[in-house]
Amino acid sequence: MSGRGCGGNLIIKTVSGFLIPFIQLFALYLAAHGDLGPGGGFQGGTIFAASLILYAIVFGLDEGREKVYEKAAGVMAAAGVLVFGGIGLLCMAAGGSFLQYSALLPGDVKTAYHLGIYGVEIGVGLAVAGALLLLFMKTAGSRDD
Amino acid sequence: MTEHFPALLVILPLLAAVLIPFSPAAVKRSAWHISFASAAASLALAARLAWEAFALGKVSYWFGGWAPPWGIEYSIDPLGALLLLLTAFVTCAALSYSRAAAPAELAAERLPYFYSCMLLFTSGLTGIIITGDIFNLYVFIEIASLAGYALIAAGRRREALVASYNYLILGTIAATFILLGIGYLYMAAGTLNMADLRERLPQVYHTKTVLTGFAFLVVGLSIKTALFPLHIWLPDAYTHAPSPVSALLAATGTKVGIYAMIRVIFTVFKPEFNPSTVPMTVILAGLACAGIIYGALVALAQTNIKRLLAYSSVSQIGYIILGAAISNQTAMTGSLLHIINHALMKASLFMCAGIILMSTGAEKTGDLKGLGRRMPLTMAAFTAAACSLAGLPLTAGFISKWHLALGAVEAGLWLVVPVILAGSLLTAVYFWKIIEPAYFSPAGERRPVRPEAPAGMLAPAVLLAALGVALGLAAHFPALGAGRAAALLLGNP
Amino acid sequence: MIELIAGKYNYWIYICLMMIGFYAIIAKGNLIKKIIGINIFQSAVFLFYISISKVRGGTAPILWENAVLYDNPLPHVLILTAIVVSVSTTALALALVIRIRKEFGAMEEDRIAKLRSDGP
Repeated sequence: MSGRGCGGNLIIKTVSGFLIPFIQLFALYLAAHGDLGPGGGFQGGTIFAASLILYAIVFGLDEGREKVYEKAAGVMAAAGVLVFGGIGLLCMAAGGSFLQYSALLPGDVKTAYHLGIYGVEIGVGLAVAGALLLLFMKTAGSRDD
Repeated sequence: MTEHFPALLVILPLLAAVLIPFSPAAVKRSAWHISFASAAASLALAARLAWEAFALGKVSYWFGGWAPPWGIEYSIDPLGALLLLLTAFVTCAALSYSRAAAPAELAAERLPYFYSCMLLFTSGLTGIIITGDIFNLYVFIEIASLAGYALIAAGRRREALVASYNYLILGTIAATFILLGIGYLYMAAGTLNMADLRERLPQVYHTKTVLTGFAFLVVGLSIKTALFPLHIWLPDAYTHAPSPVSALLAATGTKVGIYAMIRVIFTVFKPEFNPSTVPMTVILAGLACAGIIYGALVALAQTNIKRLLAYSSVSQIGYIILGAAISNQTAMTGSLLHIINHALMKASLFMCAGIILMSTGAEKTGDLKGLGRRMPLTMAAFTAAACSLAGLPLTAGFISKWHLALGAVEAGLWLVVPVILAGSLLTAVYFWKIIEPAYFSPAGERRPVRPEAPAGMLAPAVLLAALGVALGLAAHFPALGAGRAAALLLGNP
Repeated sequence: MIELIAGKYNYWIYICLMMIGFYAIIAKGNLIKKIIGINIFQSAVFLFYISISKVRGGTAPILWENAVLYDNPLPHVLILTAIVVSVSTTALALALVIRIRKEFGAMEEDRIAKLRSDGP
């Protein structure tokens, strides 16, 4: 994989530069609507990571961006798992079982479930996106010589 | 708070595992302390849960507050409690051993990731033992397996990578078979909870769906537990892994796989399933006997110490499955006692092999001349553990093999008894290959010898070996617990 | 006979795919082709699960006012988890193959067996 990306092809650069924010928006939509339709944390996280990987493929894997992504990716992955575990432990501390969302807001069970699932999906999305980015950076960025 | 212990047992190692690799450098330096603290906390939680399970008969935990047939339930009965205690104890021992052993075999910058994988492996094993939902069993089997592949690949030599790759391919085939089996059972019964499956499956025992699901499940789990013809991944994986990983995997990995198989055959499927439709007991007993003899014979031919121990594992796993296949009260008790015995003794043996490797660099049996005098404690622990595995009187191995032979006699399977005795004899012979040059040969001065290993490495090995002798002398206590677990499995009140 | 083939075509498809994947794992010597075989093998199992969740006359398992009957959503959830497991396994396997290539310089099973220092 060369550091120059796709050889500076104008069409690819323009189209992907235009599309990447929409891909990320779609990823956030998928992650947030997991309990009402198709989607969920894993799908949203994967597509988010895919948008950043597309950026790296098209525009080149410079050392600077690689450094930022790698550290941030690792922290994102860990933060996602901690958010998931944290919400579960929070439900335990509030009196219910692990991941029993109804314990968070004892009066309004429906909102509690909605918020709980939302938080968990965000955690899963963060973890998946971070892990996939980390994988890409580790395998693609190595100098094979 | 104690009612949340089942969930905490699985979550705490998981969170600790994630915390270590992506923290600032100061936290990474204390990776061993974090992982040992997590393992010690798990041991305390496991002890409390085991006490409660033996007192109450069953401890149950509903995830998310959903009641069982709809939600995921964690249930711990005496058998699970036994295995839980065993796994937590061996994990603590392996982690305390790896404080000195891991830096000697791995590069320093890999150590935080190594400890993180050990914690993930622990979390996966604990999940397998305490879950009551069959799909959750598959998820935790995969978590533990993936962590296991990464741990094996951390070995010193490049052959460790190939061993890990082969184990990955075979293990993934096994896990996919398990997934298929779960799918067939779900198709037939409509539920995933193990207790609910036990209620609903008897009406459909005779259909091809359930038979196919059972077949896939048993074959998949047999690959994971390294039952005789499907054991190919085991020798390479145990030989080339780092010493603490060999000790942990040999002691816990296959035992938890056997536990999963016993759960499927005896808890999900009632014991009546076996004789009426498929001669499962005969097939498993035959394969187990073949495994006992094959493992022992091939171990005789090995010159690499760890490879010899790996083939010895294949042989001993045959004993455990034999007891489960004969499936009367005595044989099942013997099988459970042998699980405990083999786990403790194999961990001790691999730890001693690692100490010998670190102190003298010796890997072949030919390089062990005169070691008995220069490393007295290590060789004493090795000899005690070897005697226990061979089934000499006054050790825990004698008690478990006695139960196995007695159970075979009670079931009228007279052909099995000479196999058990022959296996014990061969075990003694191949361990003699290691003990004889250590104690009865003059020292060969080809390798520089460091003094006896640091206490942190020696203490777990000696403790585990001493437990083998102690459990043999005070045999009443473990036999009682194992007997109770066996009775529950077989449906005798 | 026609009922056996046409009525159960989902099982035939999944079995054929599974055997193709299994053959790739066993017969191919290249390490990457084995990983591809594992992926095909697991995809067949996913197809099997999804095909058994279909209810005659049911719509997709998403909440909808006009729906009378829904498909069974549980196997879909199980397969989501299984897909994540499959992705993790593939990632780990590919990382192992990259390191094997660096250490041995070969990606074929028989060449690696010759290069191993402890004999075939």
